[in-house]
Amino acid sequence: MCGICGCGQTNNTGKLKPVLGQHQHVLKQDHDHSHHGHAYDHHSHDHNESERLIKVEQDLLSKNNVYAAQNRAYFQQHHIFTLNLVSSPGAGKTTLLVETIKALKDRFPIAVIEGDQQTERDADRIRATGIPALQINTGRACHLDAHGIGHAVMELGVKGHSLLAIENVGNLVCPSSFDLGEAHKVVVLSVTEGDDKPIKYPDMFHAADLMLINKTDLLPYVNFDVGRCIHYARQVNPDIQIIQLSATKGDNFSVWTDWLVKRVKPELND
Amino acid sequence: MTNLPGENLHLPEGCMAGIAMHELSLLENVREILEDHALKQNFCRVTKVTLEIGKLSCVEPEALRFGFDVVMKDSLAENAELIISELAGLGVCRQCQQQMAMETLYDPCAYCGSLLVTVSQGAEMKIKDLTVI
Repeated sequence: MCGICGCGQTNNTGKLKPVLGQHQHVLKQDHDHSHHGHAYDHHSHDHNESERLIKVEQDLLSKNNVYAAQNRAYFQQHHIFTLNLVSSPGAGKTTLLVETIKALKDRFPIAVIEGDQQTERDADRIRATGIPALQINTGRACHLDAHGIGHAVMELGVKGHSLLAIENVGNLVCPSSFDLGEAHKVVVLSVTEGDDKPIKYPDMFHAADLMLINKTDLLPYVNFDVGRCIHYARQVNPDIQIIQLSATKGDNFSVWTDWLVKRVKPELND
Repeated sequence: MTNLPGENLHLPEGCMAGIAMHELSLLENVREILEDHALKQNFCRVTKVTLEIGKLSCVEPEALRFGFDVVMKDSLAENAELIISELAGLGVCRQCQQQMAMETLYDPCAYCGSLLVTVSQGAEMKIKDLTVI
């Protein structure tokens, strides 16, 4: 039984296969709802039965939110500081993580959950740094959900008093709605993308607590106005924190690692 | 230069299947919630689903309508009618404390022009009620 959500699945209906001593978690998103026993055989009953109105008043995301709350409680109990990294594809999330791990892996335990529609490539890059990583392939789905994360945490055996980074599927739309139980959503925006992303995809920038403006070493070569980007981001989310950096060149990188250390540290001492 | 067909479609970045992808995920959640209620409240068919969708939420009512029949096929809500009531967006300015209507998440204050506006209504996405047999 799963230690977080208590469901009977050994994994999230996915198939597991060992990859170099680690494993791959493939979510099967093509739900077959015949397992519900088809108690709703709408062809067999009497259509003259009287209709009744049922008040529901339930959030569309309520199921995901319940799993997210369970994850959050687990993270708090085990002192796991969890980040949900989101961006469009190619903003540099994996490179950012690799450089972050190199800078901090001797200070506290780090684990990574990678989300992509296909391939094990990102988890391989993380494992090359010597830390545990689990790849979730979402198949046709364009976001990670809280139930899958709960199972991934169990499967990966994430240590207490640690940092857990979840790299979401590259997509600025869907992951904004799906709470995974993280402490913070961190949105990565690279300067090759355009400074108006925050108002083009406002939901994500509204949901994030921190925006990292990445690839700042490329600013001389692209038409990206940092001031305008920050203005737009604050217009969508007045409280958003912002750090400009280059993960590949290391410019300003310590501002980001300091931000992280400040937040992970309290979890290490308890 | 001539416009290509579909050039003005607004498709979410990273979603291969286009605009309906996000809404399809949400509709699958709706179906699961209906199935839970069917077991708890002892009904076997849903004939009408009423959703309340805030104007500042991240879903397109049109895309929900488009995907509803597809997702509900072969479920207890096959052929059910979908009603979407839209909830207006409201915000409160942190500078002048005025409440105002909001069309987008980044509207400035209609009274003082401040950008420090907190959304107070309109992010909701709810199943309001169901008509069941």
